[in-house]
Amino acid sequence: MSTAGAIAETPAVATPLPKRRPVIALVLFVLLALIPVATALGLPSHWLSLVTRAMIFAIAALSLDLILGVGGLVSFGHAAFIGIGAYVTGIMITEGRPEALLALPLILVACAVFAAVTGAVSLRTRGVAFIMITLAFGQMGFFLAQALSAYGGDDGLTLAERSTVLGFDVFANRTRFFYIVLAALAGCYALVSIIVASRFGRVLRASRENATRVTVTGYDVGRVRLIAYVISGMIAGLSGFFLANQTEFVSPAFMSWQRSGELIFMVVLGGTGSLHGAVIGALAYLFTEEILSGLGEYWRGIFGTYLLFGFDLRIAAEHWKAIFGPLIVLFVLFTRGGIVGIISKLGRRHD
Amino acid sequence: MTEPVLVLDGVQKSFGALKVTDGVSLAVAPGELHALIGPNGAGKTTLVHQISGMLRPDTGTVRFRGHDITTLSPEKRARAGLARTFQITSTIASLSVLENVALSVQARAAHPLALFRNAARDERLNGPAWAAIEAVGLAERAHVPAGRLSHGEKRALEIAMALTLEPAAILLDEPLAGVGREEGERLISLLKSLKGRYAMLLVEHDMEAVFALADKVSVLVYGRVIASGDPAVVRADPAVREAYLGEEG
Ligand SMILES: Nc1ncnc2c1ncn2[C@@H]1O[C@H](COP(=O)(O)OP(=O)(O)O)[C@@H](O)[C@H]1O
Ligand SMILES: [Mg+2]
Repeated sequence: MSTAGAIAETPAVATPLPKRRPVIALVLFVLLALIPVATALGLPSHWLSLVTRAMIFAIAALSLDLILGVGGLVSFGHAAFIGIGAYVTGIMITEGRPEALLALPLILVACAVFAAVTGAVSLRTRGVAFIMITLAFGQMGFFLAQALSAYGGDDGLTLAERSTVLGFDVFANRTRFFYIVLAALAGCYALVSIIVASRFGRVLRASRENATRVTVTGYDVGRVRLIAYVISGMIAGLSGFFLANQTEFVSPAFMSWQRSGELIFMVVLGGTGSLHGAVIGALAYLFTEEILSGLGEYWRGIFGTYLLFGFDLRIAAEHWKAIFGPLIVLFVLFTRGGIVGIISKLGRRHD
Repeated sequence: MTEPVLVLDGVQKSFGALKVTDGVSLAVAPGELHALIGPNGAGKTTLVHQISGMLRPDTGTVRFRGHDITTLSPEKRARAGLARTFQITSTIASLSVLENVALSVQARAAHPLALFRNAARDERLNGPAWAAIEAVGLAERAHVPAGRLSHGEKRALEIAMALTLEPAAILLDEPLAGVGREEGERLISLLKSLKGRYAMLLVEHDMEAVFALADKVSVLVYGRVIASGDPAVVRADPAVREAYLGEEG
């Protein structure tokens, strides 16, 4: 209140703040698009599948970032939506209906209904209670899938073929499948970005910070969060559709609580709330997993031995999760804002 | 006489054995500035919470613009035109002053939760937001995150957010508390400029401010209204002098 009452010499019309272009996201998508070129030029071909898988998880991580990073809701049951997407895909293929244009609407509706029902219950709570209830709902999906004895039960379901689009085998070619997943990821990124920048997104973000203020301003915070939860679940379901098609296999493990935990890790690793952070986090997570679990082989490829200071790296590779866990914890403790936070800090130093 | 905007009738609220609101009845007429004074712990904030819907009375009714709103949710009360500020300021710290006020404008707009409509560049939101920001004297601070404002500026921002709700009544919970002298004077002149345009219930500790601003004063002690009426009359009331004013000197 430097000049109370006085009309300051500010324009009467709003000058919108220049919106920072998500340059990083653009660069990221261009780099991803070059991966098939790189494998054609000699990058080991399994990188194509690895990056495809990473992008599929990036779709799920992105959807989780909408509720976790933007909405402040730590859902520990997000893998359930991947599972629903994967199982609907798998069951329909098994039943001789591989048409994606049939499976996709069904997946979206199933995920929306599951999100609406479980969200209506879990969103009555906050904090740790919310985490526990979403975890419980996730486990419910896991046990339900285990009980589906007609579709593999515990052992999972091997798919005879991939989904088709209008009867065509568009997912059969690995490179084409890669680009379809990339396009889906870019599309989801654009969609979520628009939602976050929308009127709805503003209310969702504000509710994370100060729900009381948003409430007395006239918004139904519970309803806003439920809508975000439903949208998020539907996008995660799409990721399940692609996952089933890539692995040509569906199993209850898709919905395990460990998988939900991994999704949270991805988002936190990349940096919450920025959207492209979730994508980077998913990529970084799967790359690190790949490198750690293949540590011995990489080492031998370069140095001709499994040994480092007399230590057999194959043992480390076998227990890579024991290394990865503490690594992530240290990373989160010492870098606020994840990978995206580091990038923007470096960017500021250059200015 | 015109119909009051806000009417409390026999409102009671207990926390366990502690009776915090003990049969409070009062009425605020349109355009009237009604001050609610009383010592710390008298139950003023608890009463404001019950009017704004953040707490529900055990018994008694709250009527607003002729409707019983006793069990209505806080967001519905806000949409019905009942705005409030907080004793401990409550804004969205990471959003700019402009965005905070635009959030409030948006609540009254045609599609407050539109999924695909960009918010930051929306003139229908920013236009009215600027007007309110200028009215409370925050124009130069429009792009500063609310979390970085001074205490008095946050108070002014809360008032701007309340004004853009186009309210019929505003509840102000100690808008001068913790504010320096200079900023306090600006806030008082701001409140003066709003007088007559809105029904206001002003909870305040600052006696000078209260007697400068109020059309009517009610005194709350131990959850009970011990006096209510014209400021000069209330000031002279022996019970008030003993229970409240006496303590001040
Ligand atoms: N949620 C609560 N639970 C229990 N006691 C409360 C609660 N809120 C307020 N109180 C008590 O109620 C009394 C009135 O508080 P309050 O309404 O904040 O008074 P005032 O705003 O007049 O200072 C105080 O004694 C306070 O400790
Ligand atoms: Mg108080």
